[in-house]
Amino acid sequence: MMAQEQAGERRREYRDKLIGLAGAAVLTAASFLLVVLKPVSRDLILAGLGALALAQIGWQFRFFLDIDLRKSHRDDLQLVLFTGLIVALMIGGSLWILFNQHARMG
Amino acid sequence: MSDQQSLHAGVNIGRTDPEAHEEAGPVMFGFWVFLMSDLVLFALLLATYSAMSLHGIAGGPTPKDVTDLKSAGIETALLLASSFTFGMASLAQKYRDDRAPMVAWMVATALLGIAFLGFEARDFVKLAEEGHMPQRSGFLSAHFTLLGCHGLHVSAGLVWMAVLFVQMRVPGLERLVRLRIMRLALFWHMLDVVWIAILTFVFLYGAA
Repeated sequence: MMAQEQAGERRREYRDKLIGLAGAAVLTAASFLLVVLKPVSRDLILAGLGALALAQIGWQFRFFLDIDLRKSHRDDLQLVLFTGLIVALMIGGSLWILFNQHARMG
Repeated sequence: MSDQQSLHAGVNIGRTDPEAHEEAGPVMFGFWVFLMSDLVLFALLLATYSAMSLHGIAGGPTPKDVTDLKSAGIETALLLASSFTFGMASLAQKYRDDRAPMVAWMVATALLGIAFLGFEARDFVKLAEEGHMPQRSGFLSAHFTLLGCHGLHVSAGLVWMAVLFVQMRVPGLERLVRLRIMRLALFWHMLDVVWIAILTFVFLYGAA
């Protein structure tokens, strides 16, 4: 029973790495195609690239750093979410101030 | 059963070595805290970059002028592949009793990392030859700082890996080295995540 469970876990973990690689390749290819083929307007391309990057980062967290909502240890998941909040505040705040400064200098 | 639980980010050794697994919990969490603070550093460098790439041109080259999409594509492929090979090394460490497969995957990771740095160095040299030096404009300063910081992290990871290759040969360090490899794995995967952001907001945005 134990050995069987372990074999299942092993298969699942190896499969996860392969899924991780395949998904990362697909998302990256999609980003590059968007830039090379330019199928839509520039604003839409930029928005699409941002969305693909977020998806890719989520994908990497799930399949290579093994962070997800169900199986993570609570502390590290909370730390990731808190860091996400800090990063959002700091990026948002920095851009706000820098753009404001630029507008005032212009 | 406590040894089945996931105690930390990354591949958990779990029941293949329950004692090391218990030990890994706090050690990996501490390292995870460092990684998250490192992530904040990169986020702020990116924020600076995005402001500078719009308002810091100073009559010099624009992001479009310095973007080599082909080179960025090769670098991305190398780094994504290296994240995968390190993942395979982690699993080999967990499931294989002999050390050879893990070492092989780690050597592959190191070679991919070195190739990545080679391409990045080539990019920098090319920019310098065109006269696009960091002191030319705020934009170029931010560009070199962001990419250089990531490149330094990759270099540090490679030095760390080299040290671990030596330590693997020292008897009696087995468990310590195992835990160190697990932390290096987190570090390496995190650099991949940072690269995704750099690829998107520096190279792809630059070319779009």
